Amino acid sequence: MSRLYVAAVGDVSQANLALALECVEQEFQLPVVGLPAIAEPPGAFDERRAQYRAVDFLLAVVRSSPGDGKVVALTERDIFIPMLTFLFGQAQLGGVAALVSAARLRQEFYGLPADAAVFRRRLRTEVLHEGGHAFGLIHCPDRSCAMSLATSIQQLDLKQDAFCAGCRRALAERIREFRGNEI
Amino acid sequence: MKTLWNILVVDDEEAMCESMAAWLREDGYKVDTAFSGRQAVELAREKSYAICFMDLKMPGGMDGIETMMELRRLNPDTAVIIITAYATVDTAIAAMKEGAQEYMVKPCNPEEISLLVERIIKVKRLQRENELLRKRLLRQYEFRDIITKNARMQDILALTKEIASLRSTVLIRGESGTGKELIARAIHFSGDRASRPFVSVSCAALAETLLESELFGYEKGAFTGAAAQTKGKFELANGGTLFLDEIGDISPKLQGDLLRVLQERRFYRVGGSEEVPVDVRVVAATHRDLREAVRQGHFREDLYYRLNVIEIFLPPLRERREDIPLLTEHLIERIGNEVGKDITGVTDGAMRILMDHHWPGNVRELENAIERAIVTCRGSILTEDDFAFLAESVRARSQWVLPPNMTLQELEKQAIVATLDRTQGNIKEAAAVLGIDRSTLYEKIKKYEIPR
Repeated sequence: MSRLYVAAVGDVSQANLALALECVEQEFQLPVVGLPAIAEPPGAFDERRAQYRAVDFLLAVVRSSPGDGKVVALTERDIFIPMLTFLFGQAQLGGVAALVSAARLRQEFYGLPADAAVFRRRLRTEVLHEGGHAFGLIHCPDRSCAMSLATSIQQLDLKQDAFCAGCRRALAERIREFRGNEI
Repeated sequence: MKTLWNILVVDDEEAMCESMAAWLREDGYKVDTAFSGRQAVELAREKSYAICFMDLKMPGGMDGIETMMELRRLNPDTAVIIITAYATVDTAIAAMKEGAQEYMVKPCNPEEISLLVERIIKVKRLQRENELLRKRLLRQYEFRDIITKNARMQDILALTKEIASLRSTVLIRGESGTGKELIARAIHFSGDRASRPFVSVSCAALAETLLESELFGYEKGAFTGAAAQTKGKFELANGGTLFLDEIGDISPKLQGDLLRVLQERRFYRVGGSEEVPVDVRVVAATHRDLREAVRQGHFREDLYYRLNVIEIFLPPLRERREDIPLLTEHLIERIGNEVGKDITGVTDGAMRILMDHHWPGNVRELENAIERAIVTCRGSILTEDDFAFLAESVRARSQWVLPPNMTLQELEKQAIVATLDRTQGNIKEAAAVLGIDRSTLYEKIKKYEIPR
């Protein structure tokens, strides 16, 4: 059976995992199962940058995948790829694993008072975004669509925690294919 | 449409390469990776990349700058973005000097990279669009638009291709309406000068002094009304081609001036004391027999030989009747599209009329006849009735009685006066009715001193 899995890499609160699970179930219309937490890969921490290598995290998620579905993983760590200063998340385009970092989604990261509602909205948006990539969707030119590229928190806040009509159609097509493949 | 663009990421660190490629793929680009300069060059031989992200320091013989130079040699349009972990002013300068579009220090802000890629792609899209439009424009003057299966015309086209990239002056002779300007444009647009201007001047349309300032430009204050320095056609055509139509009509003074420019490739603006150098290929055209004009002393012999380095004689349409069906088909398609009518062809009877007509105004007259038939026709096929005006004009000619003691010139003058009268002085219309081009009509108005 084609499934979606939600997992934590390292320590992630139950509430945030539940939020991600609910959001995935709602938008991808597939059975969703929670996986046991995945251990943070040793050596992923870059001391000079004080950040974690996104590729190492993503590979850890791939290794933990049960093999009959896609995994959307959450981490509290601030992740990076060597070329860029930071990432909100990373996914294998049309692959098995998607990863969302909650580190930069909190208001506190930017020196502002905590705002749970804002955080939840951002987390949902990024879960949809990276999950969409795992289903092969590319960035959407519609700035309000969850699939549009956000390279700053301001751009992320312009997005809605939902797909635009075009991306929704494309996603439905991919989900049909995904189900077909697994039968 | 993003998938049209290929991006190459070059870095000896595999993790750096692959993570960057994955990030760009999420944006819809087609991304390849190379872990050494050599591998990058191999890939670039097979495929052209819009953008290349290149690490500056790579082991194994070829560093980023060397690789970039090789990539740009293979495809000069590739925008190279040099990436380095250790920025120094020297390497940045060296990279930019060798043609890098940007120089960035890693790690880069994702927003910065995203904007940079967007900006480069936007420029590339505009360049591609420009190229397409340019090709479409050039196609109008390409050889394939000169429709012919006539052996003489085929020879002319072959010659035209051969001489397109030379600098030699060309003299095109032929009756009005045979396509002299079309050949001149074909020479220009199929040679090395195609990207430079093609400037056309009708020497018959202007009075001597006007033509002089038109050709050579003038300095401020050279004459009343010369409010600012103005470039002439020679300067406007610099690097390109100047087409001088009806060259047989220019005055002896201008003949001298023209000879000087052709010989020395420099001239003075009217009222100017400073020589202006110019690189222009001159293509001249005339319907006159210039050799005869030289013999009669109306045209300078030295100028004639200077112009007549390559001579092209265009046959009249009546001597290439086999082209009439082809031309008709082409013109119907073109004019039908222009006027928004879907005409599929002509009946056999209509084609007989077209084949039998004398066509004194040559291809231009055929074009006008087809346009008139398309505008007035009711069906989707042009019939004999649609070309009845041609038969009528022939009949009218045969029934018409020539007044006694009338010279050919008087006859021509009367025809022009009557036509101008009928068109209320509209030169374009009168020229179309008379089956001659505008410059020929201007020249005849001047010659017969017809008041306008």
